[in-house]
Amino acid sequence: MHPAPSVIVFTTLSGLGFGLLAYLGLGYPPVTGWVAFVFYLIGFGLAVGGLLASTFHLGRPERAWRALTQWKTSWLSREGLCAVAALLVMGLYAIGAIFLDQHWTLLGLLGAVLSIATVFTTSMIYTQLKTIPRWNMPLTPVLFLSFSLAGGALLAGQERLAPWLLLVAGAVQLAYWAKGDQAFASSGTSMATATGLGDRGAVRAFEPPHTGSNYLLREFVHVVGRKHALKLRVFAFGLGFVLPVLCLWLPTESSLAKHLMAAVAVLAHLAGVVVSRWLFFAQAEHVVGLYYGKR
Amino acid sequence: MTTLPSATEKKLGLVIDLDTCVGCHACVISCKGWNTENYGAPLSDQDAYGADPSGTFLNRVHSFEVQPPEGHAQLVHFPKSCLHCEDAPCVTVCPTGASYKRVEDGIVLVNEDNCIGCGLCAWSCPYGARELDLAEGVMKKCTLCVDRIYNENLPEVDRVPSCVRTCPAGARHFGDLGDPDSDVSKLVAEREGMDLMPEMGTKPVNKYLPPRPKDQIEDQIDILAPLLAPVTEGPGGFMGWLDKALDKLPGQSSGGTA
Ligand code: SF4
Ligand code: SF4
Ligand code: SF4
Repeated sequence: MHPAPSVIVFTTLSGLGFGLLAYLGLGYPPVTGWVAFVFYLIGFGLAVGGLLASTFHLGRPERAWRALTQWKTSWLSREGLCAVAALLVMGLYAIGAIFLDQHWTLLGLLGAVLSIATVFTTSMIYTQLKTIPRWNMPLTPVLFLSFSLAGGALLAGQERLAPWLLLVAGAVQLAYWAKGDQAFASSGTSMATATGLGDRGAVRAFEPPHTGSNYLLREFVHVVGRKHALKLRVFAFGLGFVLPVLCLWLPTESSLAKHLMAAVAVLAHLAGVVVSRWLFFAQAEHVVGLYYGKR
Repeated sequence: MTTLPSATEKKLGLVIDLDTCVGCHACVISCKGWNTENYGAPLSDQDAYGADPSGTFLNRVHSFEVQPPEGHAQLVHFPKSCLHCEDAPCVTVCPTGASYKRVEDGIVLVNEDNCIGCGLCAWSCPYGARELDLAEGVMKKCTLCVDRIYNENLPEVDRVPSCVRTCPAGARHFGDLGDPDSDVSKLVAEREGMDLMPEMGTKPVNKYLPPRPKDQIEDQIDILAPLLAPVTEGPGGFMGWLDKALDKLPGQSSGGTA
């Protein structure tokens, strides 16, 4: 798949943002006043910024509201609804925390559930696609949720919890890569089934429909970036999980050093997740490539 | 609404004969011609006369080579457009309700006024049957020429999809695949028509008729041929002498080792 920057930015930022909002909704940390303002600013900034970025890949962004109507069948529609609901509920909760020194526990709980549900629905948009075997696995929602929970804990300053959740997310990431590498082959789809000609011999793409490129090739067949995949995986894993855990576990004397380490951990994690998301798209192979003799 | 109908009154679709198709691309051109000036937004081209031309097409013809374990390879021309699937994933993933499957005839359509151009329907289609038009920002796909097949302003012979009307080889057939007594259904039964990627669970309405087996080409097809076999491999006589004499001359040799 074409690794469109808008989608990478969207899934990365909104995953982190909704993760942070979920912790805030549960009262971790139980901040009020100005400190709460800063926390919520970061949470909403990431979540809303991500959502805005996602509208950049629409052909007709001015009609985006229509995407809220088909929740009965469409995961994309469900995601839109969950996101709007989560932002509204957490907005109310934030008003209580910032201006009224209040923690409306039930409202916060609802907001946390909706925030996590948003991340889950995002992951299901990809998971539901049978056409992309690497995404069509139960591990995909696990990947998105574990990233969001780990990143959220990191941003929420949960020093005890965050390293463990980062380790879990890192393990899920490794499992996802291992399983994903087998996915296309074990899906059973090949040029033989795509053309229905497989039982007569070996099928080879002889001539494409046009000499030029087209929407399908640009959108679904991205072979160029894959050759550095292994190196990028090392970067993603090192930056996203190993370095943040080291930063958090390193014994520090002063509180300044501690804050500095936390900042490094957050930035490294963010960079690692971006690389991981880039690979998530760039390495995903759509079955339509088979008609072009490509994957 | 993006909920699929549990059943449709008819299952209109195409039957494409891979044995007969000669790969002339006439159906591609007539499809583009009809659909760029009728239903919905035109099918735009980008850089049409430049170095990197591309454009929106609803029907594309691939060509595949099939090499059996023994014998000669066979070339198969392979037209591909929307298969109007019964279990169309492109409809259920659509967040806006722009994509829908008609109850009356099973045609899968896009209401372009509601489409936000998110592209998810194209992601969900295994066959590459949907293309986002770069000029209009909305999703385009085969309409089965819904604006021809019921169009009483057209002579009756023209009330079929443009590709079917155009095909010079008679490789494309249109009809109700839900009716077992229709001509297309009989054709599919007789020729063992097949589904593309059945494992995707899309239950395509369009069927493909597999190419018939090719005649075997015998090694020796002409009884006179042995009499015409060359008598000697190397050139002899005058030509042989000339060849050697020329080789001796300084400069580039006419053949062999230089
Ligand atoms: S061929 Fe593709 S676009 Fe057409 S109905 Fe099937 S899934 Fe949808
Ligand atoms: S591109 Fe248009 S038709 Fe396709 S899923 Fe998005 S809104 Fe629906
Ligand atoms: S017009 Fe007919 S013969 Fe020509 S490419 Fe299309 S289906 Fe094949």
